[in-house]
Amino acid sequence: MTHPKGTLTRNTTAARINHWITGGCFVLLVLSGLSMFHPMLFFLSELFGGGQWARAIHPWIGTVLLVSYAGLIVQFWRDNLWSRDDIAWMRAIHRVLVNEEEGVPEVPRFNAGQKFVFWSMALLVPVLFLTGLAIWEIYFFPYTSIETQRIAVLIHSLAAIAAIIVWIVHVYAALWVKGSIRAMTQGYVTPGWAWRHHRKWLRSLAASGSPGPRPRSGDNAAARSRKGR
Amino acid sequence: MADLQSQDYIRRSASTMTPPSIRNHEQEVAKLIDVSRCIGCKACQSACMEWNNLRPEIGHFEGSYDNPHDLDPSTWTLMRFTEWEDEEGNLEWLIRKDGCMHCEDPGCLKACPAPGAIVQYANGIVDFISENCIGCGYCVKGCPFNIPRINPVDHKSYKCTLCSDRVGVGLEPACVKACPTGAIMFGSKSDMTVWAGERIEELKSRGFSNAGLYDPPGVSGTHVMYVLHHADRPSIYAGLPDRPQISGFVGAWKGILKPVALAGIAFTAVAGFFHWVVAGPNEVQPEDEAEARHLLHKGDDAP
Ligand code: HEM
Ligand code: SF4
Ligand code: SF4
Repeated sequence: MTHPKGTLTRNTTAARINHWITGGCFVLLVLSGLSMFHPMLFFLSELFGGGQWARAIHPWIGTVLLVSYAGLIVQFWRDNLWSRDDIAWMRAIHRVLVNEEEGVPEVPRFNAGQKFVFWSMALLVPVLFLTGLAIWEIYFFPYTSIETQRIAVLIHSLAAIAAIIVWIVHVYAALWVKGSIRAMTQGYVTPGWAWRHHRKWLRSLAASGSPGPRPRSGDNAAARSRKGR
Repeated sequence: MADLQSQDYIRRSASTMTPPSIRNHEQEVAKLIDVSRCIGCKACQSACMEWNNLRPEIGHFEGSYDNPHDLDPSTWTLMRFTEWEDEEGNLEWLIRKDGCMHCEDPGCLKACPAPGAIVQYANGIVDFISENCIGCGYCVKGCPFNIPRINPVDHKSYKCTLCSDRVGVGLEPACVKACPTGAIMFGSKSDMTVWAGERIEELKSRGFSNAGLYDPPGVSGTHVMYVLHHADRPSIYAGLPDRPQISGFVGAWKGILKPVALAGIAFTAVAGFFHWVVAGPNEVQPEDEAEARHLLHKGDDAP
C-alpha cells in the first residue's frame, strides 16, 4: 500500500495481515469458547451453526491462532524486549492516562503497556493451546488422564478469561489513542503521532533516515543519515 | 423422547431457570446390586443390549472375563471381574456390575455446558438427552465414576439410562428383569435401603463382618446402590471409588470461576468506558506535527 507523503510506516503489510488473522481467530475463539463457558452465553453457539459446530470448530481456530501468534512473535519480539525505561514509564502512567504525555519518559516503538499485552498473550496463547489439546476430546482423549483433563479445563478457562481481559485492554487502548487503528489497518502514522506517543522510535527513524517501521542498521543507516532526509 | 414431554425435572444441565417440575410427586427409585449374589453370568449385560438395541463391536480377548474390556458408547453396563486375595491368602472372585450410578448430585450434569443435554427426573434417574448434547466430553470430566463415553461417530455422550423409558411406564429396568439370581433389585430407594439392611445382617451373620451398603454420601447418595461384602474397601471391586465426590477442580471450574470471570470481564470493559468518559481520546495536536517536522527536517536546514 502506498502511504501519503511524509507519513511513517508503523506496521508492514505482512505484519498487518498477520495481526488481523490473529485478531479474527481470537474473536471467533472468544465467541465459541464463551458459549461453552456459561449457560447464558450458550446462544453464541448459534453463530457457528449450533453447539456441535461451535464445539468442533473452536480447537481448529485455536490451532490457527497459535501459528498466527507465533508469526507475530517472530515479527515483534525485538521491539518488545523489556528495558529499564519501561519502569520509568510505568511510574508516570498516571500522566499517560490523562493524555498528558509531555514529561513522560520517551517511548521507543512500544511502550510498557503494549509490551505487557504482547508478553501476556505470548504466555497465554501457548497455555490455551496445550490445555486445549488435553481437552480436545475427539483426538486427544486417550493421551491424558481424566484428572489431568479436569485441571486442563480449569486452567483453559482461567487463561481464556485472562486473555479476554488483556484483549479488552488492548482494544480499548487502540480506540483511545487516536491514529493507532489506522496504523494497523493502512499501516502508517503521521510524524506527529510518533512524536507524541513514540518519540524515541521517531528519533531512531530520523537518525537513520528510515521511513519505518524499524531504523536502518549498520553502514546503510550511517550513509542515509549523512545525506539527511 | 423429546415428544413425550417431561414435567418432572429436578435438575437440567446448563440452565439458570427452574426446569418444568410440576409433576414431581414421585418416589425416588433405586437399583440395588447385591454383589454377593452375582454369579457373573452377564444376563444383565445382554438384556441391556437387547432392550436398548445396542451392539458393541466385537473386540479382542484381553486376558480376563471382562468382555468387552471397558464401557463404551454401546456398552452401558459391564461385569468387572477381580481375583482378590484377603489377608489370610483366601481367593475371592469379586464381580461387580459397572455402569452409571445415577448420583443424587451428578457431576456429569454439573459439568455439562449444553442446556438440557443432561437432566435428572424427580425419581432420581439421570438421563442424557442426546439431541441437546454437543459432544464436548465435559460430562466425562465431571463424573466421579468414569462412566460416560463419547461416540466418535455421532459425537454424542452415552451411558446407562436406568431404563428411564421402562421405569416411566411402570416397568423395572431390563437388567433387573433378566437377572436369574435376584442379585439386581429395583424399587423405591427407601425399600431398597431396608432390603439391603436385611441382606447385610445376613452377610454379617455369615462372617462378612464388613458387609455394608454402598450409597456414597460424597455425591449425596446414588440411585444405583451396591451391597458389598467388603464395604470397608470398595476399591477392591475393580476400582469402585472409596469416597467418590465431584472433583474439586470441577467444583472450582463450574462454581466460583464463573461469577469471578464474568465480573472481571465486565469490570475491565466498564473501566475502559469510564476512562473514555473522564479522559477522552488521546489525539495528536498540531504542535506534535510541528515538532516532528522540525526533528525530521533538521538536516534540511543545514547549509
Ligand atoms: C490456542 C488454541 C486453543 C485450543 C486448542 C482450544 C481448545 C479448546 C477445547 C478443546 C475446548 C473444549 C470445548 C471443545 O471441545 O471445543 C475449549 C473450551 C474453551 N475455550 Fe478454547 N482453545 C484454544 C484457544 C482459546 C482461546 C484463545 C480462548 C479465548 C480467549 C478460548 C476460550 C475457551 C473457553 C472460554 C472455553 C470454554 C471453557 C469452559 O467451558 O469453561 N480458547 N477450548
Ligand atoms: S458431551 Fe454432551 S452430555 Fe456430555 S457434557 Fe458435553 S454436551 Fe453435556
Ligand atoms: S455416575 Fe457419572 S454419569 Fe452417572 S449420574 Fe453419576 S456423574 Fe453422572
